Amino acid sequence: MTLSVEELACWRGGRPVFAGLSFRLPPGGALLLTGSNGSGKSSLLRVLASLLPAESGAVDWRGAPIADDLPGYRAALHYVGHLDALKPALSPRETLRFSAALRGGGAPAIDAALACFALEDVAELPCRWLSAGQRRRVALARLIAAPAPLWLLDEPAAPLDRDGEARLAEAIAAHRAGGGMAVVATHAPLDIPEANALVLDEFAAAAMPDWAEAL
Amino acid sequence: MTPFLAVVGRDLQLAFRQGGEIGLVIGFFVLAVVLYPFGVGPEPETLRRIGAGILWVAALLSAVLSLDRLFAADYADGGLDLLAVSALPLEIVVLAKCAAHWLATGLPLTLISPFLAVLVDLDSSAIPVLMLTLLIGTPALSLLGAIAAALTLGARRPGVLSSLLVLPLYLPPLIFATAAVEASLTGAAVRPHLLLLGAVSLAALPLAPLAAAAGLRQALD
Repeated sequence: MTLSVEELACWRGGRPVFAGLSFRLPPGGALLLTGSNGSGKSSLLRVLASLLPAESGAVDWRGAPIADDLPGYRAALHYVGHLDALKPALSPRETLRFSAALRGGGAPAIDAALACFALEDVAELPCRWLSAGQRRRVALARLIAAPAPLWLLDEPAAPLDRDGEARLAEAIAAHRAGGGMAVVATHAPLDIPEANALVLDEFAAAAMPDWAEAL
Repeated sequence: MTPFLAVVGRDLQLAFRQGGEIGLVIGFFVLAVVLYPFGVGPEPETLRRIGAGILWVAALLSAVLSLDRLFAADYADGGLDLLAVSALPLEIVVLAKCAAHWLATGLPLTLISPFLAVLVDLDSSAIPVLMLTLLIGTPALSLLGAIAAALTLGARRPGVLSSLLVLPLYLPPLIFATAAVEASLTGAAVRPHLLLLGAVSLAALPLAPLAAAAGLRQALD
């Protein structure tokens, strides 16, 4: 179970964002994406989540291109974007039950997910009453409610408090200990031990001679 | 619970909870029908003549009014990303959302239509036919509406734009449905019109999800 990316390039709005990006993520591995605003952290995560097509390059899952078995790949990943995808009228418990049901799979671990991010007290409250940090905790609790080996997290810690950050770091550590992997884009210094770092500014397409010519 | 039923169930739950959206659609339907006598005059002769048309136009407008409920919220809050990486192909997601939309608009409109038909003095023998046209035709309204709703995601005034796109598509069901009621009033055969109406709905069933899913992919990009 490995995610490997070869010579990936991505265009947005008719201009290149990054190019020549390669990495390999083994089971239990973590990749920390950093880079300035607009360097393509979110774009890379969306490409990895199969939400955006890559301009060129390959994304391989278990040694085969993800396009070969897209449903299988999607079942193996969790994507947490910077929008929390919560409905104001639904409670965290209903939200988690729905997102787990959406993935198919077996019985969801709703209670464990709520406990993991300390949401028991607000579990039955409509999400419209939650704070930004609590909303993010619900979005992150989806990771626990239905297990998947690959986590793609876009600025997961941005609205979280200290306790939330610690719980997230703990969840990622437990996930990796079980052979899971995580790709995390972040500005906040998250406590992820032995993570590989990828600075996206180094892959800015405009800085590459052949891409600069293409422009 | 299968992913398909989960989407249907969640959307219905939202329709019932979020500020009574079902009540809004039904209220609009009733008001639109009630307005006509004020415009065309209260003579029963006139109303009886155009009654089925009134009800169908009001049903079209109510359906258009509720189209933004289909995808707009999921697009704005990031839920569309989760639907796109779910166990369901996007086409099936569209189908599930259309099913929920129909259960929350088309079906209630069909169920209250007999009362409004009495209001416009429609011949009692034509009321079952009217209900049947609504039952057969309103699924097409939800399905065709999904195309417009998906295509206008991200537009500045999606509501206005989607009604411009979708109202021409609603012409065939409108024509066949009112022709069926007309035929039952004049004693002509109703069946051919109902079959044509059914054909519109059946054609929309596989084609509209394909088109709407393409629109959603565009919006995800």
